[in-house]
Amino acid sequence: MDLQKLITKPKKSAKSKKAGEELTVVGQSVPRIDGWEKIKGAARYTDDLEFGPGLLYAALVESPFAHARIKSIDISKAEKLHGVVKVVTGGNFTQKFGLYMNDRYVFATDTVRFVGEQVAAVVATDPKIALRGAGLVKVEYEELPAVMDAVKALEKDSPLVHPDLKSYTHVPWFFPKPGTNIAHWRKIRKGDLAKGFKDADLVMEDTYTVPRYAHCAIEPHSAIGLFDASGRLTMWTSSQSPFTQRHVFAETLKSFGLSHKDVRVISTYIGGGFGGKAGVTMEIIAAALAIAVPGRPVKLLWSRAQEFYNTYQRLGCTAKIKMGVSKAGKITALDFKLHWDSGAYVEYGANVVNAAGLSASGPYKVDNLSIDSMCTYTNLPPCGAYRGFGYSEFLFGLESHITRMAKELGIDPVEFRMKNAIKEGDILPYGAHMNPTGIRDAIERVRKEIRWGVKEKSKDPKKAIGKAQVCFWKSPAMPPNASSSAFLKFNEDGSINILVSGMEIGQGLLTVMAQIASEVLSVPVSKIRVETPDTDRNPYEWQTVGSHVTWGCGNAVKRAALEARERILDLVQRVHCLDKSTLYLEDQHVKCRTKPDFALRFSDFVINGIQADDHTFKGGPIMGSGVFMPEFASAISDPETGQGGHPNVHYTTGSAGIILEVDRETGKMKIKKVALAVDCGKAINPDLVRGQIVGGLLQGFATVLYEDMRYNEKGRLLNPNFSDYKIPTVMDMPDQVVPIIIEVAQPDGPFGARGVGEHTMIPCAPLIANAVEDALGVRIKSMPVTKEKVALAVMAQGKR
Amino acid sequence: MKPHNIQFSLNGEKVALSVEPSDVLLDVLRGRLGIKSPKVGCDRGDCGTCTVLMNGKTIRSCLALAVEADGAEIVTLEGANSRKWTQKLQKTFHAKNAFQCGFCAPGVILSATELLEKNPKPTSHDIKEAIAGNLCRCTGYEPIVEAIAETAKGK
Repeated sequence: MDLQKLITKPKKSAKSKKAGEELTVVGQSVPRIDGWEKIKGAARYTDDLEFGPGLLYAALVESPFAHARIKSIDISKAEKLHGVVKVVTGGNFTQKFGLYMNDRYVFATDTVRFVGEQVAAVVATDPKIALRGAGLVKVEYEELPAVMDAVKALEKDSPLVHPDLKSYTHVPWFFPKPGTNIAHWRKIRKGDLAKGFKDADLVMEDTYTVPRYAHCAIEPHSAIGLFDASGRLTMWTSSQSPFTQRHVFAETLKSFGLSHKDVRVISTYIGGGFGGKAGVTMEIIAAALAIAVPGRPVKLLWSRAQEFYNTYQRLGCTAKIKMGVSKAGKITALDFKLHWDSGAYVEYGANVVNAAGLSASGPYKVDNLSIDSMCTYTNLPPCGAYRGFGYSEFLFGLESHITRMAKELGIDPVEFRMKNAIKEGDILPYGAHMNPTGIRDAIERVRKEIRWGVKEKSKDPKKAIGKAQVCFWKSPAMPPNASSSAFLKFNEDGSINILVSGMEIGQGLLTVMAQIASEVLSVPVSKIRVETPDTDRNPYEWQTVGSHVTWGCGNAVKRAALEARERILDLVQRVHCLDKSTLYLEDQHVKCRTKPDFALRFSDFVINGIQADDHTFKGGPIMGSGVFMPEFASAISDPETGQGGHPNVHYTTGSAGIILEVDRETGKMKIKKVALAVDCGKAINPDLVRGQIVGGLLQGFATVLYEDMRYNEKGRLLNPNFSDYKIPTVMDMPDQVVPIIIEVAQPDGPFGARGVGEHTMIPCAPLIANAVEDALGVRIKSMPVTKEKVALAVMAQGKR
Repeated sequence: MKPHNIQFSLNGEKVALSVEPSDVLLDVLRGRLGIKSPKVGCDRGDCGTCTVLMNGKTIRSCLALAVEADGAEIVTLEGANSRKWTQKLQKTFHAKNAFQCGFCAPGVILSATELLEKNPKPTSHDIKEAIAGNLCRCTGYEPIVEAIAETAKGK
């Protein structure tokens, strides 16, 4: 092989990039690399996978009571049904599990704690037989008194949901109170609260309530498990958390001889997550059933109703706020008490409570601060992660309250926010320092966009126009050692496969990872494939939650790409005797600053190496691996004050504004315009950031305007379907959405990026409530802010 | 109840099979014929993710019995991929990054195809009407509506 033939002449490139020069791929709205697969109907979701004629199907026996003792379970009739292969009850699975707190079993064993809780499962050759079999399982219960309200659950004579709370294991940053229904109590104490209230010219106290909500990803949860004859467990799950699931499966089922290496979780595309597919919910049941019928795959597919009542729901919240403000418009003190209805099991939900407790000051500098965020067990379905992770809930109260107080003091509410907005270096509620933030720019841009200060009139005299502007912030809620990793492999033609375990949940992770690698290695995005996880092959990722994967997984991919780049440069230096510092990558070639004629095409060496003068080959397949862990984070702090740790890695901040038209008689609301500015550090793909803004806003507005989970007094969910729990259709779109991207770089982010997925949903509730008040003078303090509530409030106002 | 022998055209190919009278078209397409683009989202006609074309009109295949397909022409996205308007729509959807998780995409694309095949110059309201039965939880609908409008305008 002639060495000279391997070195191609450099092509003139319009986009010449050397160190420090402009980015060419990062910052571009390239089409999604999973676009065609999804648009052509080729994308496969978990329920689309085929398992052959041996596939078994499972159906559940569920509790009809919110709280009851299981006296007996009779499976004999179900077992005799033709086609039933196995009936499984809790007796075989005695290991408790949980993400942050081990408080639940695979199946309820002696006690059921919510309506719909799994008590047994029937595995059969056909889904209809499984359902029929489940109907034949006879369970005798003794009903117990139940508690459905987080505030009542704190009363002395309240039924205890978990009398054995004392024995539960949990992460060290949770503080349960055994003998009560308090599963965790996050306290923040900062400054001098009493002095802060003394310094205030106005102190206002009020209570704001937020009900539970459902994620409503269009794809229901599904999981298939196979425990093969060799003792290995393979799970196919629709999951945001394949590695976390693997860990929970291995730990919970270890008595069956499983080690982590024997558990394999494969997650393909998922049809929407929003936090609902984070952690482990129904998948543990499928894993247990697979163990129960070794050698045969078992499928568990959630119905839409189960999707509502037996996955995580968003926590309900009663927020009691007392705030002090000076005449000059400075927040002097904030005392915030958040009572969370976290449901029957809080293994994940308690961390929502923790996250909100750390950050309930909002994006403001509050020197005198007290936060009590209390996670309370109730006999309603378990709650957990939902896009926003507790921030939507406290922001409703906080941002409503701020507008009311500013108005009462005669201060412009937007000016008030500008004055109090947090700055880089300010002390956070838990004592660490604030990261760089573009919040002021965000406030300014949104203020202009909604023509703040200009009173507008509707053309229709029956309608009034109201405006509002609020701020938001959010940090990823993650354990301090949550890490990401990536493998990057070159192929013969110079194309690349990247293996990560961050999940493509619609946000565009695969595309963004490809763009990051493309930028480092000068390989076009069209030549990069990023694979969804198989825990056997792909490296570790904690979970795809908290809007952290662009940052965390992105850092890992960048490091993997840099490592591959190093290997390339080392090899070229070694074989061609060129100084490494003079080499650079451009247009899929290695080039040299001191030898303009030198250009070595990737496809000529990245697998088969470079042939040296003596005809031997040097090098070999080029690969890279990257790991990222936020090594500065720590969750350990003083339990009484919350001071001392560094639990949050950074905050993404922003501001949103609305022009809302409200019908004076019917209360019907129309969003004429909404603008949202978010500081994502660096928009790696602006189109995808805009997608998060437009989509997140509509999901947020739906929780304010009409979504609402309704329970009867027995704890049964009354609206577990899309007819009775309305999610927005295309008819509910705002008239105009203005996405605004602010870029104040995150120093430790890939190309300066930080997360943006959840932030676009969380400001919606106070926006509507404040705009309704601006339009009609009525204040709604409980979500949802439905047209009925508005109309009734307007009527009541007329009577006064 | 006796099984029924039915025949229909599926994406241009003749299929013949025996079904129970209670078998749902969506389940037969997915479970027995390997057609996976129509999805199970709610199983009660609320979400539109199971949308298929029956004799050129969109239906919810979770609400149709398999026996109703007897003698009909059924087209799913797998088959519509070769239709002119479907392809034009797909090109715009791709360029505009109109979908996120993609789970609703097959249903939305079939609804939009039906619209443009019948009405190549739709108003914004026509577009919204056409996809009002297809729920999408990710996108806020805006990029989807824009992409359909752009496709119709031939941009």
